Amino acid sequence: MAEVRITGLHKRYGAFHAVRGIDLDIRDGEFTVLVGPSGCGKSTLLRTIAGLEESSEGTIEIGGEVVNDFRPRDRDVAMVFQDYALYPHMSVAKNIGFGLKARKMPKPEVEARVAEAARMLGITPLLGRFPRQLSGGQRQRVAIGRAIVRNPRIFLFDEPLSNLDAQLRDEMRGEIKRLHQAIATTMIYVTHDQIEAMTLADRIVLMRDGVIEQQGTPLDLFERPGSTFVAGFLGSPRMSFLPGTLTLGGSAAAIRLADVLLPVAPGRKLNGATDGQKVLLGLRPEHLTRAHAARPAQGTFRYDATIDLLQPTGSRSYATFRLAGAPVMAELQAHDVSRPGERLPIDINMNRASIFDVKTERAI
Amino acid sequence: MPVVARARRRKRRSVPIGRILLLGFFLVFVLWPLYWMFNTSIKPSDDYLTVPPVWFPTAPTLVHYKAALFAYRGLDGLINSLIISLSATVLSALFGTLMAYSLARYNTGGQHLSFWVLSQRFLPPIGIVLPVFLIYRGVGLYDTHIGLIIAYTVFTLPVSVWMMFAYFRGMPKSMEEAALVDGCTRWEAFWRVAVPLAAPGIVAAAVFAFIACWTEFFFALILTSRTAFTLPTVFRAFIGFQGAQYGEAAALAIVSLVPSIALGVLAQRHLVRGLTLGAVRG
Repeated sequence: MAEVRITGLHKRYGAFHAVRGIDLDIRDGEFTVLVGPSGCGKSTLLRTIAGLEESSEGTIEIGGEVVNDFRPRDRDVAMVFQDYALYPHMSVAKNIGFGLKARKMPKPEVEARVAEAARMLGITPLLGRFPRQLSGGQRQRVAIGRAIVRNPRIFLFDEPLSNLDAQLRDEMRGEIKRLHQAIATTMIYVTHDQIEAMTLADRIVLMRDGVIEQQGTPLDLFERPGSTFVAGFLGSPRMSFLPGTLTLGGSAAAIRLADVLLPVAPGRKLNGATDGQKVLLGLRPEHLTRAHAARPAQGTFRYDATIDLLQPTGSRSYATFRLAGAPVMAELQAHDVSRPGERLPIDINMNRASIFDVKTERAI
Repeated sequence: MPVVARARRRKRRSVPIGRILLLGFFLVFVLWPLYWMFNTSIKPSDDYLTVPPVWFPTAPTLVHYKAALFAYRGLDGLINSLIISLSATVLSALFGTLMAYSLARYNTGGQHLSFWVLSQRFLPPIGIVLPVFLIYRGVGLYDTHIGLIIAYTVFTLPVSVWMMFAYFRGMPKSMEEAALVDGCTRWEAFWRVAVPLAAPGIVAAAVFAFIACWTEFFFALILTSRTAFTLPTVFRAFIGFQGAQYGEAAALAIVSLVPSIALGVLAQRHLVRGLTLGAVRG
């Protein structure tokens, strides 16, 4: 177990600048998810921590020790690869025990630890088989077994679930979470899947173009996104963005969207905002509900919407309508809405809405 | 329905006949020369060129084998060929694997070194045989096993490197990376993970190298004389002013096939196993 501290990290491949100055502290035992679109540098960052890539600049500390010049084997980390990277010419037992054998551990102890890891992951009957005889999910378990058997200070996961089908992915996601709860070792997990990030992370580090765009707890990032990029990346269906103008004059602040004036929730801080500033109003589908009460609650704006697109998912239906000309999606209970073209009163919860500056795309 | 069934049955029956004819023709085409060579090697000398030909010798003899192996020193040539070809093959596979790994994984020499290696084969060997001969005379490598082993290793290396280079390029890096994180040094990751996985490629490259060495005539002719001469060079003795020794030539040709066939059988097993690695169960 160990904490990780990354300071001023850069990675260049010739002219290509993959990682552009990362500062990151990961606490002991924390589950950190590095997430972002492909090419954002998250895998490069993970591989640099593992020692598979050399950093161009900056330092990496593991457990208070600068490991920049350490070989991968001396960093005491374990890694699970996207393609599992099992050794095809070795049995499952040999695969799991390979790292221990490479470190010259006595044979009886290797066998005992392999057996223990296999028991933990429920793959004991597979120990004599070869990787080619396993299904995708079983291979993934072996890859995880190979990591946990070494009892490393840090676990690194590089998109471990992206080669699995949807159902298996959900199952393995739960197992990885359970594993972290059981052994409480520092884990760093790379994914481009925002649902994996939200469900697994103690802390999400959202990256874009080689820098950290925002980091915090999943709920933090979800409820208080620092930029339109973060807001759009997390959450499915996506947040709707509506262009408007901020008005601060008079008694209360409001946002004007063409012919609609939406009052900003009372008590909401608008740091550095100016009157007439061009803004984007960010609304998640769950911020919009069908109005049932006679009057809207505090900080809620009621709007008569005409549904023009309806996407039922069973318990809920995603209804799209136009608010001041721009499409907005609302997440409604299935029984709240029956058909497209229906007119409904919709309550917009402005307490949870996000406001961004149009030019900088940063939250206000 | 019965009409269709009959048509289908007829069709099914007609396919093997065509196939058998084709295969039969192919077999005759491939095996006839071999048979005729064997036939000639056990015929008495008087039967070589008779009309009509002697299809099956009535009094087979091993006299040509004896002459080819001992009088013409074919046995010495065979032993020399085995020593030289096997040594050059092992060296070529060893250096070829190391070099190809370095080119593929570390991008040694940038974009151009790998192509430069292959480009060594663009040069016609005759272009360098005289300088090589003079150098060998000067440093005492002329007519030695070592001399020919060095020459053959150098000539087969480009193709070995290129074959292995393609093989390593196609192998995912992540297994070696997993080994590095697991606790291996670079060397151990190469030796314990990359090499076992590349075994089919190494075997294939070695087979090519062996065939090239085993059949090489030109350099053996120029660079050897009475000590390190190889099997192919022995054949030139069978054609003289007073006629050709068909029986001896055929006998030695049959002998020279034996190691090639043995190697083919051995390597085939490895090649097939290698090609199906990960694709079949068990």
